[in-house]
Amino acid sequence: MFAYIVKRLLQVIPTLIGVSILTFFLIHAVPGDPARMIAGPEASAEEVAEVREHLGLDQPLYVQYGKYVSNLLKGDLGVSLRSERPVLDEIMGRFPSTITLTVMAIAVMVVIGLFAGIFSATRPNSLIDNVTMMVSLFGISLPVFWLGLMLILLFSYYLNLLPSGGNDGFSHFILPALALGLSSSAILARLTRSSMLEVINQDFVRTARAKGVKEKLVVYKHTLKNALIPIVTIIGLEFGTLLGGAVLTETVFSINGLGRFIIQSIQFRDYPSIQGSILFVAAIFVIVNLLVDLCYGLVDPRVKYE
Amino acid sequence: MSQIDLALQQDESTSEHAYASRSQWKMMVSRFKKNKRAMVGFWMVVFCVTVALLAPWVAPYDPIEQNMQIMLEGPSLSHPFGTDEFGRDILSRIIHGTQISLMTGIVGVLIAVILGVALGTISGYFGGLADTLIMRIMDIFMAFPSFLLALAIVSVLGPGMINVMIAIGIFSVPTFARLSRSSVISIKDKEYIEAVKAMGGSNLHIIIKHVIPNSIAPIIVLSSMRIATAIITAAGLSFLGMGAQPPTPEWGAMLSTGREYLRVAPHVSTMPGLAIMFLVLGFNMLGDGLRDALDPKMKL
Repeated sequence: MFAYIVKRLLQVIPTLIGVSILTFFLIHAVPGDPARMIAGPEASAEEVAEVREHLGLDQPLYVQYGKYVSNLLKGDLGVSLRSERPVLDEIMGRFPSTITLTVMAIAVMVVIGLFAGIFSATRPNSLIDNVTMMVSLFGISLPVFWLGLMLILLFSYYLNLLPSGGNDGFSHFILPALALGLSSSAILARLTRSSMLEVINQDFVRTARAKGVKEKLVVYKHTLKNALIPIVTIIGLEFGTLLGGAVLTETVFSINGLGRFIIQSIQFRDYPSIQGSILFVAAIFVIVNLLVDLCYGLVDPRVKYE
Repeated sequence: MSQIDLALQQDESTSEHAYASRSQWKMMVSRFKKNKRAMVGFWMVVFCVTVALLAPWVAPYDPIEQNMQIMLEGPSLSHPFGTDEFGRDILSRIIHGTQISLMTGIVGVLIAVILGVALGTISGYFGGLADTLIMRIMDIFMAFPSFLLALAIVSVLGPGMINVMIAIGIFSVPTFARLSRSSVISIKDKEYIEAVKAMGGSNLHIIIKHVIPNSIAPIIVLSSMRIATAIITAAGLSFLGMGAQPPTPEWGAMLSTGREYLRVAPHVSTMPGLAIMFLVLGFNMLGDGLRDALDPKMKL
């Protein structure tokens, strides 16, 4: 197991290097002169030259990348052009809101998605199954930002039950987490259903029933446990979707998180901040998927770590 | 065996092959037609495509014509979906918006299919260093949450619908490359490919005439589903101000401006959202149906 963890950790390194190269090149992919783009159309030649020098854009590419990576290793993501504060500080100040939102959305997704999927799978082709699957199809087709607006309309404006924005407390995250998590819960419900249906007709489930095991135990202990691997995988992958979706949700609900920071940075052409935030989110996503990989053994003891 | 014999044999096998694929195609169509949900999805998409094509004739008003006297009016007989903050008819804007959303979704996915199938086929067919290199690059792209990758690409290229299409194309490439690679690997050692190789067929000929046509089915299914994702992503980017610019009647952008009037005129953002959902639902149902019709066991 230990050797496997080390091996997987080592495999993550090339991916992270690749991610760093891609984010590094973001700034160089800007059409025309990146320094001119950042300085703005009205900047003088001196100001453009200053930006170029400040960002090191006047040096050869390999020098720039080398410097970029050595700074990264020291935890230095550069300095925000907008606030002139270190990008990492800006990210860290906002990340707690984003991760709270994402984790709460994961909770919404797992609770609704898993139970809807189990409910459907245990009553295949019944009216309830068809309705649940139809609703989940609707759920997948819902734009998260529109759902957010509709939730604000219903729960904040009409019913006056929950706040429509901000990040001052737990109650402020309920609507955004619902908006963000519902669509993913629809994906999870469909996957849980198909994954459970594959297992539910197998001999060992029939044997368990024949032995007189209670239906609840048959469903949760025998069937669900054996259907968990794809379910865990999709939860890991959806984590990335939710982190991306947080950009939209944070905008709709005016949450001062990392997603909104990225949007503001794009509007300000604050490339060090865009680069830093995207790299940060990608690194988190890579690590979450690594953890999901490591969870396979816990979920299914048949998985051998070799 | 003479060249003529070989050619004859090839002719026979081709016609047999064609016969088999024709009946397979018939089976697929009949399976698809029996699937009610798939048929509903199919007609929803057909409806949207028709609306998009006929937009200038079916839209009751000019989508960008302003009329400040009737701004933010709720649904009525003359304006079934109401009017927006400039007194523009929302129904007409939604009808014209269908063109933009469909175009973005289809072109974006087409870019992804062309690049993804090319890379996946090279990777799967040739293997070795090309395979490792291409797939590692795809892995790196997949390390980014997809919406964020699209956002990053648009942030670099600048706002606008063309750039949104490029962004959607690029972020979908890895999914198509992986799927195409795996189907190519599953067919590249089949006898009929070996036969063409033995007859001296070039790699390019084999790939274009035999490998791609025989590995395209799952790509078609995935395309339908990805168009749905692409439409939502494009609307999301426009919602953030990165896609269509005013006064273009793009659904995501319309939703974004409607947000400011949510309390006083909720219909301004409700209607474009319903339109997005209708079109995306259509493509999702169509995709589900195609998947079940092509191969009920296919996992996508």
